[in-house]
Amino acid sequence: MAPLLQIKDLNVHYGGIHALKGVTFDVDEGQIVTLIGANGAGKTTTLRAISGLLKPSKGSVTFAGKPITGRPAHEIVALGLAQAPEGRGIFANLTVEENLDIGAYLRHDHAGIAKDKEKALGLFPRLKERLRQSAGTLSGGEQQMLAIARALLTKPRLLLLDEPSLGLAPQVVKLIFEIVKTIANDGTTILLVEQNAHMALKVAHTGHVLEVGALAASGPAADLAKDDAIRKAYLGVH
Amino acid sequence: MKTLAQRVPELTPGLLPTLGRSIWPFLAGFGFAYLMQVGIAPAVGEFYGSLLVNIGIAIVLAVSLNIVNGFAGQFSIGHAGFMLVGGNAAAAIVYYGSIKLWGSPEIHGGFLGPGELLLVAGCVAGGLWAAFAGLIVGLPSLRLRGDYLAIVTLGFGEIMRVLVTQTGPQLRGKDAAEASWFTLMTKLNGNLGFSNPQGAYLDPQNPFWVWVFVSILLIVAYRLKSSTHGRALLAVRENEVAAEAMGVPTTRAKVSAFVLAAFFAGIGGALFAHELGSTLKPDPSTLGFQKSFDIVIMVVIGGMGSITGAVLAAVILTVMPELFREFDQYRMIVYALALIFMMILRPQGLMGLRELWDTSWWRRIFRRGGAS
Ligand SMILES: Nc1ncnc2c1ncn2[C@@H]1O[C@H](COP(=O)(O)OP(=O)(O)O)[C@@H](O)[C@H]1O
Ligand SMILES: [Mg+2]
Repeated sequence: MAPLLQIKDLNVHYGGIHALKGVTFDVDEGQIVTLIGANGAGKTTTLRAISGLLKPSKGSVTFAGKPITGRPAHEIVALGLAQAPEGRGIFANLTVEENLDIGAYLRHDHAGIAKDKEKALGLFPRLKERLRQSAGTLSGGEQQMLAIARALLTKPRLLLLDEPSLGLAPQVVKLIFEIVKTIANDGTTILLVEQNAHMALKVAHTGHVLEVGALAASGPAADLAKDDAIRKAYLGVH
Repeated sequence: MKTLAQRVPELTPGLLPTLGRSIWPFLAGFGFAYLMQVGIAPAVGEFYGSLLVNIGIAIVLAVSLNIVNGFAGQFSIGHAGFMLVGGNAAAAIVYYGSIKLWGSPEIHGGFLGPGELLLVAGCVAGGLWAAFAGLIVGLPSLRLRGDYLAIVTLGFGEIMRVLVTQTGPQLRGKDAAEASWFTLMTKLNGNLGFSNPQGAYLDPQNPFWVWVFVSILLIVAYRLKSSTHGRALLAVRENEVAAEAMGVPTTRAKVSAFVLAAFFAGIGGALFAHELGSTLKPDPSTLGFQKSFDIVIMVVIGGMGSITGAVLAAVILTVMPELFREFDQYRMIVYALALIFMMILRPQGLMGLRELWDTSWWRRIFRRGGAS
């Protein structure tokens, strides 16, 4: 079976800056794939080029057998590829429930939306207690939960998560990673971008290491976690 | 207990109740406008009647600009430009249309008579013409993020003001009856309409159509705000990238909001062009940047995204200069001070995103002992 997502020779330029220099990898259906790398390596750029938030200068992205390179973001979301963006990007002045409703913006199956909403709130009971609260008043961890729940309401086959652990307390990070696993077990494929390589390699099946715009290493997550060079560079082991 | 998912079919409204729901508020709006015409206007006299007409037009402008600046969070500062476009078209249609139809530009028919129907046609056509201008202006500038819209709308407003001021001498009689509409649009004597010895279609004693359009706009704005599309606009305003990532076609959403706002600004301009007997004259030079800025101030003070806030600010900022003649001189200073205090004390404006009935004091007054 062909992989759910195929990225070939992806290149992105910001004006004169060559931020991605030919990135190639696949994401198989049902897996958690992680993309780790230092700050500024190009992880967010990779996700945005996949989800249509920016146009790659070269290369191709294929999702579920369809070429999606350079197509507008809303068409890509409609195909079942969703993203919880870096920095959460919640709509601060809207309520938690309104945030979730925006996730379902492209859908018209009211029964399905209601079902998915209940399912998402089942994953994040803390959001259920705060449905009418404006999202800006949530704690950082709750905002991250909202960003993930909102993305789930688009009913994705593939979910892109951009540093969900950023700035969160260790026990909240643990909780988020638990939920990421649950979502994957439920059948949603996940591409997880992280600086927290330790946690990311623990939950993921496959890992890729991005260094200044190019892949430096790829392989089963367990192998990467044992690799000496990676342990030194990303896991803080000396 | 049934889950929410199972209850969806019974909660989804049928077509008939939906239609009923859509017609009643409009009927109520017409009723309200009729009340203003036959009850309020004769009772309050010329001065306050004229003030009420100005308030109505200010509400049309503030609430429509609020759709772009408040709901969608895009900074447009050329609303008066769309007033000019709509006012220009409506003035030509009503004045020359009257000549073409009835052989003279005089007021034709009384309350709800054929002349007034021509006025309504002029207002709607002016609105459509302004909406078209909104599409031309909005499409290129809203594709981009950032401050392009402010710069483009500012320039657009000034260009329109100059164009309308430069329109050629008015045509009379047979010349007018035989000229094409394209020619007639450019023959307005540098004005938005002409004073008519018999009076005007809109005056302190005849405000019906102003309040009809106010009501229609309020209903449309409220429905938009509580709809999926309205929520999508708010999402664009809150975080454009995240809205796009959730599948909101952000450019289309912003352009539609802008076009809708331009449509009602065009109607506001058409009403403005046909009002007489107020301190405002249908003179295009009063629709320059200053006017656009006044409308922006109303939206900012009322609360970005609050319909009732925009209404409240439109009322206050129309009444103040009329009641205190001296105020006009110091207006810019007072506005600047009001804005500074607002930014310090209430950066979200009087109401923020909320509506009047969401505030705690409203609940305290109208639902005694109700939830807080
Ligand atoms: N909008 C932008 N304009 C210019 N350069 C950018 C922009 N966004 C990111 N970059 C640059 O591209 C590189 C990759 O950034 P990014 O993808 O955000 O990295 P990461 O998510 O791995 O931290 C960095 O050098 C960054 O400075
Ligand atoms: Mg990043």
